Amino acid sequence: MLDKAKDAVIDREFKLVGSRPVRPDGVDKVTGRARFGADISAPGMLVGKVLRSPHAHARIHSIDIHAALQVPGVKAVVTRDDFAENAKHKDVLCNVMARDKALYEGHAVAAVAATSAAAARKALKLIKIDYDILPHVTDVDEAMRDDAPLLHDDMITSGVDPAPEKPSNVARRFEFGHGDVDDGFAKADVVIEREFKTEAAHQAYIEPHACLASLTEDGHGELFCCTQGHYAVRDICASLCGLEVSKLRVTASEIGGGFGGKTTVFLEPLALVLSRKTGRPVKMVMSRDEVFRASGPTASTSSSIKIGATRDGRITAGQGEFRYQGGAFTGSPVQFGAMCAFACYALDNVKTVGYDVVTNRPKQAAYRAPGAPMAAFAVESVIEELAVKLGIDPIEFRLKNAAQEGDKSSYGPTFPRIGLIETLEAAKAHEHYSAPLGPNQGRGVASGYWFNFGGATSVSLNIHPDGTVALVVGTPDIGGSRASMTLMAAEELGIPYDKVNCIVADTASLGLNETSHGSRVTFASGLATIEAARNAKTEMCARAAMIWEISEEAVTWEDGHAKPAGANAGDFEPMSLADIAKIAEKTGGPISGHFEKNPAGAGASFATHIVDVEVDPETGRVEVKRFTAVQDAGKAIHPSYVEGQFQGGAVQGVGWALNEEYVYGPDGKMQNAGFLDYRVPVCSDLPMIDTVIVEVPNPGHPYGVRGVGETGIVPPMAAVANALSAAAGVRMTELPMSPPKVLRAIDDTRPSIAAE
Amino acid sequence: MRYEAPSTIDQAVEILSQADGITRVLAGGTDVIVQMRSGMVEPDLVVDIKRIDAMHEITPEDGGFRVGAAVSGAQLGEHDGVKALWPGVVEATELIGSTQVQGRATMVGNLCNASPAADSVPALVTAGAIVSIVGPGGARREIPAYEVTTGPGKTSLEKGEIVESILLPARPARSGDAYLRFIPRTEMDIAVVGAGVALTLHPDGTCAEAKVALGAVAEVVLLVEPAASAIVGTRLEDEALDALAAAASAACRPIDDKRGTIEFRTKVAGVLARRAAVIAHDRARG
Ligand SMILES: Cc1cc2nc3c(=O)[nH]c(=O)nc-3n(C[C@H](O)[C@H](O)[C@H](O)COP(=O)(O)OP(=O)(O)OC[C@H]3O[C@@H](n4cnc5c(N)ncnc54)[C@H](O)[C@@H]3O)c2cc1C
Repeated sequence: MLDKAKDAVIDREFKLVGSRPVRPDGVDKVTGRARFGADISAPGMLVGKVLRSPHAHARIHSIDIHAALQVPGVKAVVTRDDFAENAKHKDVLCNVMARDKALYEGHAVAAVAATSAAAARKALKLIKIDYDILPHVTDVDEAMRDDAPLLHDDMITSGVDPAPEKPSNVARRFEFGHGDVDDGFAKADVVIEREFKTEAAHQAYIEPHACLASLTEDGHGELFCCTQGHYAVRDICASLCGLEVSKLRVTASEIGGGFGGKTTVFLEPLALVLSRKTGRPVKMVMSRDEVFRASGPTASTSSSIKIGATRDGRITAGQGEFRYQGGAFTGSPVQFGAMCAFACYALDNVKTVGYDVVTNRPKQAAYRAPGAPMAAFAVESVIEELAVKLGIDPIEFRLKNAAQEGDKSSYGPTFPRIGLIETLEAAKAHEHYSAPLGPNQGRGVASGYWFNFGGATSVSLNIHPDGTVALVVGTPDIGGSRASMTLMAAEELGIPYDKVNCIVADTASLGLNETSHGSRVTFASGLATIEAARNAKTEMCARAAMIWEISEEAVTWEDGHAKPAGANAGDFEPMSLADIAKIAEKTGGPISGHFEKNPAGAGASFATHIVDVEVDPETGRVEVKRFTAVQDAGKAIHPSYVEGQFQGGAVQGVGWALNEEYVYGPDGKMQNAGFLDYRVPVCSDLPMIDTVIVEVPNPGHPYGVRGVGETGIVPPMAAVANALSAAAGVRMTELPMSPPKVLRAIDDTRPSIAAE
Repeated sequence: MRYEAPSTIDQAVEILSQADGITRVLAGGTDVIVQMRSGMVEPDLVVDIKRIDAMHEITPEDGGFRVGAAVSGAQLGEHDGVKALWPGVVEATELIGSTQVQGRATMVGNLCNASPAADSVPALVTAGAIVSIVGPGGARREIPAYEVTTGPGKTSLEKGEIVESILLPARPARSGDAYLRFIPRTEMDIAVVGAGVALTLHPDGTCAEAKVALGAVAEVVLLVEPAASAIVGTRLEDEALDALAAAASAACRPIDDKRGTIEFRTKVAGVLARRAAVIAHDRARG
């Protein structure tokens, strides 16, 4: 089965792809030269700061900026009055600057530009806002109740027929599936039904949002910012600020982590408008507190799962209802959650329903495989429980039901070549899976799925007279992609890795590029790089043909050289890329290759994780002892960065599983807006995360690449919960599985001890 | 804001006692500077004590050690003498923060910051540490570590008073101490519960004397007499340890917050007190 796919793609020996050279941005990063969002300055620059709502939900009657403007050094204050209504980006606008209501604690209500941070801070304190405090709601289930405080008077649930008459906090309803689940459950020998909850997790990138904006009187703008997608930033900012797209040039800085959280705008439109008002460049940097309260964490969720299976381990039906709150605006990733929930399994009867709910929390942003991890936590927990109940090995149980090529997916499309079975087989064969366990230890497994994505992509590749190559991409490098792009260009051109220099261009220098998200970069920019290189090779062959005075078809490219295609073509000394480049001026001028398209065919990636945990039965503390992440990469271009993605996903998943959470007080304010109490795992919390790269080539990519950035965060929460269940005999259905919850669960199973 | 860095303690005391408004002594600054940056406190005067040479010294005294107020956690952790004498105190101090924080953070700062969760404090209390304070005009007084903190963020220090050093007394024969804390992670966290135990054995191996102190389960560090008496006269058999744990839990009056629940803290206080007692016992037996 593996072989078939291999044939379908390329049966080629790679020279460079698959090796692990030093990354081109490495020296800058380790010497501190790399310029991140806050590292850039401009002459005459002002400091911008944001005033944020202290209330979870409040009507804004009036904003008095008079006193603030009197502070020496203060050059401008902007509020909702400085932004025109914008139908296309209504929610984004309302999120970057509150309109009639503050919808969550931390919601921006005004911004100041001043000559110093101290003056700006002083001005913020002098802005007088007349709030009318309203009742609030932060929990997804409470927000769905009839008597819940309403965020938007005009929110009528879409996707319901007939449409509801009354507004609610439910923005949208989705449904996916096929077959008849009732029929399926009737055929089951065992049915398990459970409820789950997950708390919001933040992407917790180390670098806070930062930007420097300059906007002239005649509408020319320049923006330098930390983002995963500077083209998207350009388009949204141009729209919100009333600029022509071609006049706003956005440059992406180096990025200190994004994980999906840097795919939208927060400060950028404010900085641009402040700059326009003052005629000076304005720099804005969020504090960590602001990052937590006002940028986008992921959704918190609740879900109900029901799965039935026969005694011999065949799943007869799977059903899930998913309720995700995505903060104060529509857009929680519940649709993806409902689509991915059962994607690992070939089911005759499956039904998932999703509700997108609004609450008084910050507007959620994408976070690695948005929506999928929460659904997988729920489904994979029940899958494991079923396997245990049926007395079937959990991997065996998954193998019996695993989706493969030709199966109709739980959300509609039929799967092309996919690699779930290969990850399960590799996990089963891994030494970890049969290693002995110590006291209070348990082992869990879980699988996960993410679609992956293509999207608008442009790449240029310039051949220089000295035989070196400039590779110009437009997808910010969030995981070592410049190294991977360089490898693919060098491989395709047949030249050494260090002869290619890859940069991420600004929005004015290269055609449109979709944001670095959806695990698309190595797939789409990679494909575009290969195609651009092929485009340049065609031109180089043409130049050789011209010199040799033979037809273009009689020249081929091999091992970095233009060569006569065969004996009939004539006997000419092959010309290297450098030979051709050196005399390009005389053969027709500059040589470059380019590619602009929306590549389709992004191959999905599946993963299976194995986790061992040890539970302290007296304190409920859970320690991850061993972790093996197995995932399908299609083809690992730079294996170190593929492993890095697997490991990063695993670590963030472990954090989400065990300790990370948004803690809200009864006042609707976040209690733990800092890394001290928003507990991401620290190094010493974790073992080395072992990785196994499975390679089931993606027929949609010339080298077989599948995106790997997101799937890795899908299985860990369920895997940890399953391990915990094996170790301590308790089934945890709420994230995070923090010590107080685990200890209570353990004590509940031992009433005699609990009573002492 | 005014910043002063005098080179003698007398100057420091004088500057402090003459100042109006909000003042802060600055030792390692790992609390003060964090609080200033977050806007929790905006002092009018900061007096840095790190330029006072004597404050960086660890000196032997009557079989114990006098630890200057500016001695960092890292410096204390490298001192074999103190480590051998009161390992629980050193371990508790070394739990503070990370390697970077250890290079700055002091035991005295930990004590004077008056957090109910301060890690070194239960260990200082059970070790019977004595705090030397210098006041206006050079007046000196000594109080047990237990009496420094009076509530969250509040101390019994008067205006103009500075802690000069902490005396870790000589350790009686056949004694041992230990401190354990519970955090969900392995570092960079604030204790959800902390428990310090120091005990002395009779030559026959029974417990002659004991002190049990708990952190993060009340507004101040608690010295729990009933938990100590539960093991005095015993050989720390299981029943004695169970009684100690139960007494420790019974003494707790914690709060529910983002770091832990009342139920959890109460239970885990007993668990940690018991585990710390076992370690202290092993150390006392040598
Ligand atoms: C990242 C991080 C992690 C941390 N982890 C922990 C932890 O695990 N456990 C823990 O307990 N704490 C922790 N802390 C808090 C802090 O590091 C400790 O409380 C530390 O011991 C404070 O010592 P310092 O010398 O830095 O005190 P400073 O910040 O200089 O001072 C603290 C307080 O004591 C007063 N003070 C200092 N010296 C004197 C003196 N000689 N006389 C009178 N008053 C004085 C100051 O005015 C101030 O109010 C952490 C802090 C950070 C930033």
